[in-house]
Amino acid sequence: MIAFILRRLVQSVIVMLTVALVAFSLFRFVGDPIASMVGQETTLAERAELREALGLNDPFIVQFWSFVARAATGDFGISYRLQQPVMELILSRLPATLELALVSGILAFLFGVGFGVYTALRRGNWLSGSIMTISLIGVSLPTFLIGVLLIWVFAVELQWLPSFGRGDTVYIGDWWRTGLLTESGRASLILPAITLGLYQMTLIMRLVRAEMLEVLRTDYIKFARARGLSNRAVHFGHALKNTLVPVITITGLQMGSIIAFSIITETVFQWPGVGALFIRSVQFVDVPVMAAYLMLIALVFVVINLVVDLLYYAVDPRLRVDRANARH
Amino acid sequence: MPEPLLSVRDLVVEFPTRRGVLRALDKVSFDIAEGEVLGMVGESGAGKSLTGAAIIGLLEPPGRIAGGEIWLRGERIDNLAREKMRRIRGRRIGMVFQDPLTSLNPLYTVAEQLTETIRTHIDVSEKEARKRAIALLDRVGIPAASRRIDDYPHHFSGGMRQRVVIALALAAEPELVIADEPTTALDVSVQAQIIDVLKEICAERGASVMLITHDMGVIAETADRVAVLYAGRLAEIGPVRDVIQAAEHPYTVGLMGSIPTLTQTADRLTQIPGAMPRLNAIPTGCAFNPRCTRVMDRCRIDRPELAARPGGRQVSCWLYDTAMEAADG
Repeated sequence: MIAFILRRLVQSVIVMLTVALVAFSLFRFVGDPIASMVGQETTLAERAELREALGLNDPFIVQFWSFVARAATGDFGISYRLQQPVMELILSRLPATLELALVSGILAFLFGVGFGVYTALRRGNWLSGSIMTISLIGVSLPTFLIGVLLIWVFAVELQWLPSFGRGDTVYIGDWWRTGLLTESGRASLILPAITLGLYQMTLIMRLVRAEMLEVLRTDYIKFARARGLSNRAVHFGHALKNTLVPVITITGLQMGSIIAFSIITETVFQWPGVGALFIRSVQFVDVPVMAAYLMLIALVFVVINLVVDLLYYAVDPRLRVDRANARH
Repeated sequence: MPEPLLSVRDLVVEFPTRRGVLRALDKVSFDIAEGEVLGMVGESGAGKSLTGAAIIGLLEPPGRIAGGEIWLRGERIDNLAREKMRRIRGRRIGMVFQDPLTSLNPLYTVAEQLTETIRTHIDVSEKEARKRAIALLDRVGIPAASRRIDDYPHHFSGGMRQRVVIALALAAEPELVIADEPTTALDVSVQAQIIDVLKEICAERGASVMLITHDMGVIAETADRVAVLYAGRLAEIGPVRDVIQAAEHPYTVGLMGSIPTLTQTADRLTQIPGAMPRLNAIPTGCAFNPRCTRVMDRCRIDRPELAARPGGRQVSCWLYDTAMEAADG
């Protein structure tokens, strides 16, 4: 078990270093950082001096090392555009993105598993037929279109929910600004969360349905029925647990995508999150923010993958190899 | 004659398909007496497993019972409500499947699966259920049962898993155990052990067994009576010695002739020419008539019914039609 975690940690570090390399190359290849820092009147000599002072003439490997070392402590430098520390910028906007991602992720998982199980067990009735049809729309419509449609129906026509922003927010602790505790904050969250989670929900639902149908055909389900176990025990105790093994992986990876691809939803709903920040930074070639965002998303994926592997371990006893080896 | 434990009367199982209804079991009738071991033999596709599935009420849709009756100790069970039938499964009729590697849920320990089964049917505490589970495992021959009970299925070998499966099937002390090819997936070396365990433990508890197999050796060693299925119909049924040594139905004769024995010194085993007909192409009259060596005109027109013969045997063959014999004599 410990060896397993250590191995995964080493892999994670390698992944992060690779991403750091890509992020670092942004500085070198997306324009000259000096040019974006100084004004028109700066002389060539002054520029050369600044270049030397910033260490930009050092060998590649030295620069990369100092980038990694500073990144590890959370220091990504100063935003070219906003002249604030990048980490501060990201941290101030991270809660908005995380709340959105978490809520839509949970919605996607709960409804995905629920609908998936329902459509698998009640094949052929009209309700599961309609759910399947609607899910097809969810899979095929692009996110921004769903967002715009939702805004049109619920914000413009029905005027039930706000069409943009986070509503009122309050602070929890020093820097976590939450919209979950105010009524307008929660109302503002509904449309973006649906928009962001719909695709993931349909994906999870279709996966759960397919897996469930597969599992229901297995011998151990037949044997469970032959032992007279109740339908509930067979479906939810025996079938669903086996279904969840692959579903956990996909859901975990989707959680990463939800955070990473919240960019589109955040843009459509003018949600003040990290994704929106990233889009603005791309427009202004604000390389430090772009690099930091890249690293952040990579970190999210790496952490989620690690968690997924551990969950796997908890669900499927066959993976607990240490114990099996000890016995045989 | 005392009332049989299980009585199957004119059982018909059909599969509706796009091209019409396929009749997979056609008027199958037999009894299983209290404590008796009935062997059920036949080629692949003859309907052996279907018979078992129909009795325990687990036919896979679209398969359905289209006719006949199934009685368990005087109670009709083929038309019971789903929930009532569920309570019979496991509690009164247990089932052992072919492949022990896939019969157990990989995500639960043996203890969890056993106690769940016991507590579904018998009102006992978790602790008592566990005690019973350990006793069961011990009985089916799992060494160090009290320690191994908390292992997962993948910690057991194939033979051991089939013992666990038997323990699970017997957990709620059913009166009838349907064993569907319980040894086919196992090594030859453990097959005999598993059959012995199954037979012993059922004898101990007075449970009857319906043993589905195509292994005549197993039948000869284990069964009291044997039923021979051909193309969804019963060809012959009778005490195992009689049927093996003096088969009456030409199909059974052919079947027995195809089994190698140590006393025979034939160069080639006899084989029955042709193959069992597909369900959509069963000939009129006797299903066996195109392959039969003693076929008569009548066999191609009329279907022979299962008729009683001396010694408690029944055969469905025109050769033994009493009216014919009388006419011949």
